[in-house]
Amino acid sequence: MSLRTTPFHPRTGPLSEGQAWRRWAGYVVASAYELSHDREYHAIRNSAALFDVSPLYKYMVTGKDASRLLDHVVTRNVGKAKVGQVLYTPWCDDEGKQIDDGTISVLGEQTFRMTSADPTLRWLHLNASGLDVTIADVSETTAALSLQGPSSRAILQIAAERDLSALKYFRLTSAKIRNIPVTISRTGYTGDLGFEVWVDASQAVPLWDALIETGTPYGLTPAGMLALDVARIEAGLLLIEVDYFSSRHALIESQKSSPLELGLGWTVATDKERYNGQAALDAERKRGPSWQFTGLTVDWDSLEQLYADVGLPPRLPSQAWRTSVPIYDRGGHTQLGYATSGGWSPLLKRYMALAHLGSEHAPGMEVRMEVTVEHHRKQAKALVTPLPFFNPERKRA
Amino acid sequence: MKRYDAIVIGGGHNGLVTAAYLARAKKSVLVLERRPRVGGAAITEEIFPGFKFTMFSYVVSLLRPEIIRDLDLPKHGLHILPLESTVTPMENGDYLAAWGDHDETRRELYRHSPRDAEAYDEYGRLMHFMAQAVKPILGMVPPDPTSFAPGDLAGLLKLGKHFRGLGGERLHALVKLMTMSSADFLDEWFETDVLKATKSASGIIGTFLGPRSPGTAYVLLHHYMGELDGVFRAWGFAKGGTGAVSEAIASAARSFGAEIRCDAGVSKVLVRNGRATGVVLESGDELSAGIVVSSLDPRRTFLQLLDSNELPAEFVADIKRFKFRGSSGKVNLALDLLPSFTCMPGIGRQHRGAFSISPSLDYVERAYDDAKYGEFSRRPYMDIVFPSMIDPGMAPPGKHVMSIFVQYAPYHLNGGWTDAKREAFGDAVVNTVESFAPGFTSKILHRQVITPLDIEKITGLSEGNIFAGELALHQLFFLRPAPGWAKFATPVRGFYQAGSGTHPGGGIMGASGRLAAMRILKDRA
Repeated sequence: MSLRTTPFHPRTGPLSEGQAWRRWAGYVVASAYELSHDREYHAIRNSAALFDVSPLYKYMVTGKDASRLLDHVVTRNVGKAKVGQVLYTPWCDDEGKQIDDGTISVLGEQTFRMTSADPTLRWLHLNASGLDVTIADVSETTAALSLQGPSSRAILQIAAERDLSALKYFRLTSAKIRNIPVTISRTGYTGDLGFEVWVDASQAVPLWDALIETGTPYGLTPAGMLALDVARIEAGLLLIEVDYFSSRHALIESQKSSPLELGLGWTVATDKERYNGQAALDAERKRGPSWQFTGLTVDWDSLEQLYADVGLPPRLPSQAWRTSVPIYDRGGHTQLGYATSGGWSPLLKRYMALAHLGSEHAPGMEVRMEVTVEHHRKQAKALVTPLPFFNPERKRA
Repeated sequence: MKRYDAIVIGGGHNGLVTAAYLARAKKSVLVLERRPRVGGAAITEEIFPGFKFTMFSYVVSLLRPEIIRDLDLPKHGLHILPLESTVTPMENGDYLAAWGDHDETRRELYRHSPRDAEAYDEYGRLMHFMAQAVKPILGMVPPDPTSFAPGDLAGLLKLGKHFRGLGGERLHALVKLMTMSSADFLDEWFETDVLKATKSASGIIGTFLGPRSPGTAYVLLHHYMGELDGVFRAWGFAKGGTGAVSEAIASAARSFGAEIRCDAGVSKVLVRNGRATGVVLESGDELSAGIVVSSLDPRRTFLQLLDSNELPAEFVADIKRFKFRGSSGKVNLALDLLPSFTCMPGIGRQHRGAFSISPSLDYVERAYDDAKYGEFSRRPYMDIVFPSMIDPGMAPPGKHVMSIFVQYAPYHLNGGWTDAKREAFGDAVVNTVESFAPGFTSKILHRQVITPLDIEKITGLSEGNIFAGELALHQLFFLRPAPGWAKFATPVRGFYQAGSGTHPGGGIMGASGRLAAMRILKDRA
């Protein structure tokens, strides 16, 4: 088989009712286990969903200079992070254009686990010359599950036989689940209360079984990428190769973005020594980024009217889309930018999109989004909406 | 004393929707609810420790998406979860199932009748068109066909154009839907009895009619309106039960500045010179307001809150004629374990959807026969859901709640409802379920039986009618609740009606409450 399956495949494989799989970093993971991803989506917001996120690239960075290396690579301040903290961070090239984004888990004073969407081993090595640091690719030996939703903590507390109420947002702890050593981090890609559980790949199947057995009475539902895609748009979380292109893959300059343009200004440290892209980012911050990454809410009445004009009830994409869609000004003639992801939020009953727009377009401003109605290109009214669309208190509580 | 712009009587979902819209328009609003909590018939209560019962209404059929958006209800906790399948156990041990997946449903129907499996798609297409045709009416203030006022004429013209635009085939279908019984209408399409029984059962909910009674075909359409919303999915089960819907609307209303007072029953609406000026509480306190809105049913709104000399005699007669005739009851159970049905043994995805106890048309019609002559059905039609399978928070982990909607249980029972009759009714329900799911009875931890009389006592709904007045054709649109008074205003100036007893009424839709608020804001502009 040319594509790999993850360590959880002995369990996830038989669950797939429609044999719907998606490629992710050379692996296949479930798009949806059931024929429709509906119930899997609702589990994220209503009870708890279990995702196999093993395909993430994972690196262990250890040694005296581990923190120095990471601080040189990423934009967040790693040196200031405490053991037990997890940092979400982008990293950039020298021009301050984003290469990738991921997390850094501070496992010890000199032990860090970095996750990325693209292979990053070479980039870490390139930046490590002269440093006392060991970089190990643990992508294949570390498996990971993401347990997301309002009931995730209750389930995990029983499975790990310990109180997790003190585990704060973006913190981690080591634990044992049925004697399997795991790391539990309060992280995820859904914008909800949720955790990720990191485990040695050899223990993947018993970990899955333990969580499913504990979680089923709480409504724990295995879920695939289609459900995750809707949740991450509601949470306003961006996706590489969809919402932005890695500067290392971009073919032309205009395909690149800076973290400041992607709404990640809060991750760009102003209090640390030299790091990749620092000068360019400092300058950009001073003059203000020319682009922004923002939410759009498509006006329902406007969309309904476009369909009524051809005698149809409004049709909505049944899955989140990830194509580039032009955004115009109110008059409908001047293009202001483009949306990169969008979809219907079953929870919010809103048609939402993530878009790149000039920085001058403030929340509440009215724009037009291109929609195809019965083979014809039309424009629906949309409002600039601050991200995230959905931000429940329980996420951080 | 504080004078409010508006006082809303009744904190059911429609009253709360009206209050929220008025408060959103910067009016000072006070909602007065007689019970200790808001919700009316949309309440969730922990009747047995750890088990939350959706006491009365249990599914959210058609809550208008615009209300969800306008009031930002998800921010206030609203989450509507899909309810996808329906399984009808048959008396011969077989079943009929409708699943969320179209192909699966078609294949299941094919098992019963290859012909029906194909007809099902065509029927679905027609009903889709018909629902689309009728749907705009739900969002419309009914024009009065006897009036020559410009607004009414414009409304009638719009309506006329709308129907002309349907074309011949669909107009004919509409007339059939308006006049035929659901059994006859379905006979034109299908040969599978259990399919016709299950579909027609949806046409009798909340009415005092049977599947062979003319006029019931129209109600079939209501179900397709939810499906029209397709991906919008207005149809489903609210997380936390229907009480959570009420709480979300109340929270939204408060966020706009509305005040909500519970344990504050209203005994009278104050009228001076033909104009409403406030209310008198059961405690004797008086509150004054620019306008007063009643979200109670028409009988209580006009015959109880007002002195009849404030109203035209003919109007009073019309309201007295308005039919309630509650015909349904509810049995809520706390379960140790889920029941296994003979037709589909074991516990599985079938428990995440509904079980319809409607094995044949004769079965459902016979259930009606009992009621026609003043008895509860010995073997009733039932719509069963397991809320804890959809929202596990409804019961302790691993335990379950079961919600059984039961028809028929006539309000006017021979000899009247007594405690003994209530328990006998509960036994009939449990025994009928037991016949389809042997061993079920032993899993019951707690049983709550609700008769139409109980519905009336607890929620105030006259004769226990769950739709605040029968959803029969002669009580819809410009006839709801009375000819000439279907536009939310009343013969008393400054006094409005906003409950399910007004157009379009029925179900947790919120449309009546919203349209009433729109009307009030227009009058006050």
